[in-house]
Amino acid sequence: MGKISSAIQLIPLEHYIWLSLALFSIGMAGVLFRRNTIIILMCIELMLNSVNLLLAAFSAYRSDSAGQVFVFFIMVVAAAEVAIGLSILVMMKKNVNSVDIDLLNKLKD
Amino acid sequence: MVFLFYLLSTIAIFGAIMVVVSKSPINSVIYLIICFLAFAGHYILLNAQFLAVVHIIVYTGAIMVLFLFVIMLLNLNKQNEPHKKIYVKLIAVISGGLLFLVLIASAKGAEKLTPAITFDGSIGLVGNLGKVLFNEFLLPFEVSSILFLSAMIGVVMLGKKDIKKF
Repeated sequence: MGKISSAIQLIPLEHYIWLSLALFSIGMAGVLFRRNTIIILMCIELMLNSVNLLLAAFSAYRSDSAGQVFVFFIMVVAAAEVAIGLSILVMMKKNVNSVDIDLLNKLKD
Repeated sequence: MVFLFYLLSTIAIFGAIMVVVSKSPINSVIYLIICFLAFAGHYILLNAQFLAVVHIIVYTGAIMVLFLFVIMLLNLNKQNEPHKKIYVKLIAVISGGLLFLVLIASAKGAEKLTPAITFDGSIGLVGNLGKVLFNEFLLPFEVSSILFLSAMIGVVMLGKKDIKKF
């Protein structure tokens, strides 16, 4: 335990920030990159998780457990979002027999 | 310890990139699971042991299995998915990089933050987190149950009957 807690003192905070920002940017680029709805949902999960990691890093740096409680609430939102998103995906597959996000552009015009 | 941080970071970024570029959705799910396991390793390094366990149970155990289940149920594992045009892909990569640059620039000055002087290694343990969750964050905790209830009702409504064509 004593050895593990020294990691927080050894690694500078901005490395955690850079890691989280890189993962968030990869997730956002993935949302724009792909047409498959299920991969877009996965990229949204990735973005939520990078924010979780940043919250946990700040919480460990400030020795404040409120940040880790926030991570739980983000997990709650992510779980609800995945349930709704996957059921929309199943309905989309049933109705238009495809998971291509570009087919769902009726709201555009 | 520092080496472990960089190893886990490399695994996480590699997994994230492979999620985006891999051809079949099953491979994407597997790479996302690898990425999430690296996240759990990061949580353990940050002394958030309970968070690491919950992360593995919720994400790897529930959400990713749900993704795999939907992929297998709908038989989505075909590789002939239509791809975006090459210039749209290029624009996606460029805008992701620009977002990264802007966020890095906005996070400048974080190196002035120093770790708390009175370091407490037990904040990530379940007892301490439970005390905080049920004292300070009791109302959000109860509201999240309403969120789950509404999500459940929404899923049941969506999955009930085929609503007429889009």
